[in-house]
Amino acid sequence: MSGSKDIAILGVGMHPWGKWGKHFVEYGVVAARAALADAGVHWREVQFVSGAATIRNGYPGQVAGATFAQALGWQGAQVNTSYAACASGSQALAAARSKILSGECEVALVIGSDTTPKGFLKPQPGDRPDDPDWVRFRIGITNPTYFALYAQRRIQMYGDTPADFALVKVKNAEHGFTNPNARYRKKFSAEEVAASAVVADPLRLMDICAVSDGAAAIIVSSLEYAKKIGKAKAPRIAAISTVTPTFASALVEMPDIATDSAVAVPAQSFRAALPRKAYEEAGIGPKDVSLAEVYDLSTALELDWIEDLQLCERGDAAKLLRAGDTRIGGRIPVNTSGGLACFGEAVPAQALAQVCELTWQLRGQAGERQISNAKVGITANQGLFGHGSSVIVKA
Amino acid sequence: MSEPFLPGWFTLDDKAPQLLGSRCTSCGTYYFPKLAAGFCRNPDCNGEVFEEAPLSRRGRLWSFTNAAYQPPEPYPQVEKDRFQPFAIAAVELEQEKMIVLGQVVAGTGVESLKAGMAMELVLEPLSDGKLVWKWKPTK
Repeated sequence: MSGSKDIAILGVGMHPWGKWGKHFVEYGVVAARAALADAGVHWREVQFVSGAATIRNGYPGQVAGATFAQALGWQGAQVNTSYAACASGSQALAAARSKILSGECEVALVIGSDTTPKGFLKPQPGDRPDDPDWVRFRIGITNPTYFALYAQRRIQMYGDTPADFALVKVKNAEHGFTNPNARYRKKFSAEEVAASAVVADPLRLMDICAVSDGAAAIIVSSLEYAKKIGKAKAPRIAAISTVTPTFASALVEMPDIATDSAVAVPAQSFRAALPRKAYEEAGIGPKDVSLAEVYDLSTALELDWIEDLQLCERGDAAKLLRAGDTRIGGRIPVNTSGGLACFGEAVPAQALAQVCELTWQLRGQAGERQISNAKVGITANQGLFGHGSSVIVKA
Repeated sequence: MSEPFLPGWFTLDDKAPQLLGSRCTSCGTYYFPKLAAGFCRNPDCNGEVFEEAPLSRRGRLWSFTNAAYQPPEPYPQVEKDRFQPFAIAAVELEQEKMIVLGQVVAGTGVESLKAGMAMELVLEPLSDGKLVWKWKPTK
């Protein structure tokens, strides 16, 4: 080994996002087979199956890794399951990288899939005053509350407007319009966004992402293995950051009703910490980035992420947006896949879907979404309970 | 005076109610709600002794939003057409250096809120009659 901590992405595959009402294993197998075919690797050659789990699908801790291995046909691979809320996929990827870099395996399948329940996500039933999730719903604080507080803070601090947020939706809808894996493939005008109902001021229904069914799978390997099968030029994973927050939290995070107190130590931004570690690990900086896939749970949150990724100064993301810099064809395209706006969130698959998009872009296979001269891509996401991730892929 | 929605989370002083947090006696870090396990979360502190700490009842508005639709249970439910949207505030407490969420008093909508405004803590009942803390703009 040359001392490099990179691993190769041999193949990627997805099951289209939607509301298909089927078992999640079915989506996962479709995605895995697509990734295997894309990699040109036979299923029996996979030595490690790394599954991204979710707490849904019947019972907590669904044994994702082994479930998919069985569905693909037990062949004696080592198996692992990662649960990390929205970052489950990245942690599963990190587990595969560790196995590969330690020499325990050469080629691994990383897989995440979800079937989401119908309707809005609801708290568990029963009186549970010790559970912050119960407490916040008891006093009327829902998921959109948090996104709206962050969005309003942008309005108050930086002069962003609801029209800026609508523009994020319009842009992402244009990006996802031709993406065969996107659930919503419809262009929207700013007027249509503005005409949708206010859910949590300043956010409207069309500012907030839905939940979807979907699956994503990635075949990764050592650089030696990639070379051996004639894929020495495959895109590489250069960094996987899955750091925890650092006390004291600067933002009220779902499902909490207060931040940490910063009396003893200064407040820290969790979102900003995620890509910082990724840049450090990859030995590159924000100026090297060609494109980014970020977790737009709300339109306004995409603007926060752009700043957290240091693609502009704090408070300037709306300027980039208005100038068209974050569109396909712009200086630094963001969410070329269409993002969560076009996909809806399929929790254990979403972080892997972000890596799939970067891979297609870096290979020049993104079809009508293709950006020019893609060399380095970065992802960012954040979920519940101090989970988040940022992955860097380079050509 | 009616009952609080949770006992021990705030004082029932109807003129000047206060949220009841806890404070690490070693490093001074505040917690709201009170820390359930007796170990300070400051990574540099091994504190295991906490005192009850009534929190500042005034702070500055950090951000705000509203609930345009009725939240799901366990939020006390009313018939759909009787639901009144309410504003929600995130208020920064200077002494405690923390941000605390809560509803804004009935009758005050987002249009009358602005970041940096002075806010104070009051008690108001929810639709089930149980008292909860709320934030109210003040001078």
